[in-house]
Amino acid sequence: MTAPILIAAEKIDLAFGGHRVLESVSLSVRRGAIVTIIGPNGAGKTSLLKVVLGLVEPDSGRVERAATLRLGYMPQRLALADALPLTVRRFLAAGGPADPSAVAAVLREVRAERVLESTMTDLSGGEIQRVLLARALLRRPDLLVLDEPVRGVDVVGQAEFYELIARLRSERNIGILMVSHDLHLVMRATDEVLCLNGHVCCHGHPESVSRHPEFVALFGDQVAEAMAVYTHHHDHRHG
Amino acid sequence: MDEFLIRAFLAGLGVALVAGPLGCVVVWRRMAYFGDALAHGGVAGLALGVLIGLGPQPGVLIAGLLFALLLAFFERQSRLAGDTALGILSHSALAIGLIAAALVPALRNDLMGYLFGDLLAVSRIDLGWVWGGGAIVLAGLALLWRPLVAIAIDADLARVEGVAVDRVRLAFLVLVALAVAAAMKVVGVLLVGALLIIPAAAARNLARSPEGMAGWAALLGALAIGLGLAASLLYDLPTGPAVVAVAGILFLATLAVRRRP
Repeated sequence: MTAPILIAAEKIDLAFGGHRVLESVSLSVRRGAIVTIIGPNGAGKTSLLKVVLGLVEPDSGRVERAATLRLGYMPQRLALADALPLTVRRFLAAGGPADPSAVAAVLREVRAERVLESTMTDLSGGEIQRVLLARALLRRPDLLVLDEPVRGVDVVGQAEFYELIARLRSERNIGILMVSHDLHLVMRATDEVLCLNGHVCCHGHPESVSRHPEFVALFGDQVAEAMAVYTHHHDHRHG
Repeated sequence: MDEFLIRAFLAGLGVALVAGPLGCVVVWRRMAYFGDALAHGGVAGLALGVLIGLGPQPGVLIAGLLFALLLAFFERQSRLAGDTALGILSHSALAIGLIAAALVPALRNDLMGYLFGDLLAVSRIDLGWVWGGGAIVLAGLALLWRPLVAIAIDADLARVEGVAVDRVRLAFLVLVALAVAAAMKVVGVLLVGALLIIPAAAARNLARSPEGMAGWAALLGALAIGLGLAASLLYDLPTGPAVVAVAGILFLATLAVRRRP
């Protein structure tokens, strides 16, 4: 039995000032699945996320959400004004009322319990990502939407973060839709890849995507080959 | 103590208690210039209000609301947004106001009072405007506080979490317009912006939370009113400028005791 679809975008067209950003893009995320959008800079990845989130109205096409869908969103970065004094505790409370034990539990889950009383602007890149994730999780979402979640995090931190996301998916049985730049690490953590370059170049299982001619044309032979080997190896380890 | 002194202090206190918390949101949203623009719009509203017989305060209020709507429109049409559009609006409004004022002989004498305010000439009716308007603004601000803080943190995140961002923004601009109209007679339209920004900026140096910052801003604003009024009496200084100058000195003082975080 396949899991229910949480969110589906159908034939999304979007243009900014005459410049086409998205062309007939469709995607769907099922409960329990991790879908990753990859693509070069300016491919429309963040725009697509914003359409899916309802932040940007598409020129045509539609987005359908499961009834009573709860969304958790983790933006690419926070443009926090230095003029706003904010501890992590207060930041988390700004997402909605949450009791202290729930806050503590979520911070433990993302391994950021030590920063509860820290000031937001004092956090490292990795800590900010974890706190942002904690805020999204506090809403007990059915679907997590992450925009380049490991931007500004070192390589070890990136691997850890993807492991955390994979664990969240299986423990909470939620759907995850994310944008990523990092091809190697993300391929390990994802069930389905959507390669975007204005239009959908190809999508499917990571391994099949990495062999697709358009993907190879976009990212080059070496990347594609390295990824094919990687995902292959991955299959064996768990097969 | 003389009754007019008590009235002056109460009026100033009313303005400070409202302007402090309101100014915090203005500072977080990096719209410091908006207070000035609103005040300039207020000059036009003031003159036109008197010219067509509505009276000064209603004129300022209407002009302020129009300004708020225009600015909300600019915020959405991001191509028109930015300092330039606001600057054009703001200075045009000031010029129109000054021209209108020159055409109304009765207004010419009062103009200085409205531009720079006169705490010592506050009447009971003015006091009613300040406290009545102030109470409405504070109640509205309390209602909007949670979504306003969420938007100041990240507007997209707030929107995904269900905040009606555009409506909250517009409601906030209306509150600022109301506050400017209520405070105009007391500190003058040209100095209202200062009472919005300076106490809030000083409060940032002392506070560890958004709510703490609002409280400190109200307190520092009240202090500036009290000390400014006293200085004005002792040394025969114009009151509005004295209050703003004290606020500036308080800001410098908070820099010295600044706590980081």
